[in-house]
Amino acid sequence: MPTEIGTKLVSARFGNEEAKTLAGYEKAGGYSALRKALAMRPEDITNEVKLSNLRGRGGAGFSTGTKWGFVPKDAKQVHLVCNADESEPGTCKDRELIYWDPHLLIEGMIMSAHALKAVHNYIYIRGEMMREYAVLAKAVEEAYARGYLGKNILGTGLEVQLTVHRGAGAYICGEETALLNSLEGLRGQPRLKPPFPAVKGLFGNPTIVNNVETLMNVPFIIDKGGAWFNGLGTGRSGGTRMVCVSGHVNKPGVFELPMGITFNQIINDVCGGVWKGNKVKAVIPGGVSMPPLDADELDVPCEFDALQTDERIKNVMVRPGQQFDLGGGRALKTMAGSGGIVVMDHTSNIPKYVWRIMKFFAHESCGQCTPCREGTGWLEKVAKRVADGNGKSTDLELLSSIAHGIAGNTICALGDAAAWPMLGFLTKFRGDFEAAIAKAQTKGEAA
Amino acid sequence: MSLEFSADAQKKIAALCERYTVSGGKKPVVMAALHLAQKEFGHLSDDALRLVAATLDLPYAHVYGVATFYTMYRRDPSGKTTIRMCTNISCMMRGGYEVLAAFEQKLGVKKGGTTSDKKFTLVEEECIAACANAPCAVVGTKYFLDITTDQVGKIIAELEAHPSPESEVV
Repeated sequence: MPTEIGTKLVSARFGNEEAKTLAGYEKAGGYSALRKALAMRPEDITNEVKLSNLRGRGGAGFSTGTKWGFVPKDAKQVHLVCNADESEPGTCKDRELIYWDPHLLIEGMIMSAHALKAVHNYIYIRGEMMREYAVLAKAVEEAYARGYLGKNILGTGLEVQLTVHRGAGAYICGEETALLNSLEGLRGQPRLKPPFPAVKGLFGNPTIVNNVETLMNVPFIIDKGGAWFNGLGTGRSGGTRMVCVSGHVNKPGVFELPMGITFNQIINDVCGGVWKGNKVKAVIPGGVSMPPLDADELDVPCEFDALQTDERIKNVMVRPGQQFDLGGGRALKTMAGSGGIVVMDHTSNIPKYVWRIMKFFAHESCGQCTPCREGTGWLEKVAKRVADGNGKSTDLELLSSIAHGIAGNTICALGDAAAWPMLGFLTKFRGDFEAAIAKAQTKGEAA
Repeated sequence: MSLEFSADAQKKIAALCERYTVSGGKKPVVMAALHLAQKEFGHLSDDALRLVAATLDLPYAHVYGVATFYTMYRRDPSGKTTIRMCTNISCMMRGGYEVLAAFEQKLGVKKGGTTSDKKFTLVEEECIAACANAPCAVVGTKYFLDITTDQVGKIIAELEAHPSPESEVV
């Protein structure tokens, strides 16, 4: 869904049926930068990626080049794994990217594998993405047949193997260590970190796990240079950003936009404004794991650092008067996450929406850590009764204390992913919850 | 009754084992083998799990643990076509629950159920990554986007004429 705003890289071939085939991709110039990459020394590729300020597009926004640099120099066997388990509610970019441009992902993976000296590499694709699995499996087969993958790629003597591994339905497998366990043939339960995967990952070997969009940007960095790529961004975040806008806007869609664009610009200039002439009430900035923004916070850029630090964004509170502590007194605002932007208009029933988000996390908790397994279930139950008009006067304190009890106390970030939006919505839309509870009490008195 | 994989499935499993030799074993192939078993036998009975365990030299308990962790593996028979209707936040905000109710009504089953003619299973699914076209459903390799309640009858008729089993991609 191209818009006129800004440079298009990874989405440039959206809508082009021919580009999905190897012949079409090559015709459009595909795999030409690969030859350049294979002629480069691995460390030079990593340096170029560092210079580009490419940051992970899966959720955490960590510097890709820095992450690659964590692989021990003397590692005998390294793996590159592409995380294509996109399942963060509100996020729908990787599925589109794979569908329209599978060879761009493969080319990016071959280059990255060369940089990491990784031989056995995997794409972990979500089980429900059956159409995209078929597209990707075919593209990998084509790439093998043409000598881009295999034992001696393009006659360079380098070996790069790539296998598509299909999941079978589990949100948690988007968490990188759960994904690695799933790849190893185990239940998808996260591992304790450290050791981090870059040191000890798949089959005990150093492993880099990167998101689909992240890896698809690598061919552009090799082709045009890290400095050029960085120049497209905001300074500390290079390149463009895929965002997925859903909810109450006139034109929802998946868009590749300049890194520094604000939420108001996205809603009004890209998505044709809020539907039915309504006003915005809340915006989820990067998938449902992230605390929401309210209507006064939408002039902030949709960029990794801005969302964590911009002073215009209010701090998330545990309860009125007590700020949530990320550790060492650091305040929580929100994060750019996975690029899934959900716009809620002024008629939105916030308690009901929050219940649905909590229902999701309760369903997807892997069950390994007690605070998350039990806590997400309680968040769902209490949020449900508040939303249904059966809330008690003590329920907001109960929700706060459960969420606060989960956050930071679990092996992986799924616990935080449930707790943060719960506390964030309570911080910024407390009146909505209080009104729902007041209504319940009036109902109780009348009965 | 003991089960056996078809020659085609055996070939696929053997080829996949080659892709994971770096692991030192066949364990990473368990997910693919379970997908194949589900395709061949319709669902993952105890016997199907035993077959996967024997094929990959894994304990039955391990295979059972994996099969029961992931939501797409079915321990019970299902319909030929599975309709996975999303009701997560973006779909909910644009009528996902109403569309799910319309599917329930037209098919005459509750979510999670299978029609008596075994043609359809209806699943309430979590986010399927098509939020910009909410509400949406995924049915095998097909997506149904921007669904309205009055399109539900037509969708069912289309899937009746052209079933879209999930096993097609295995």
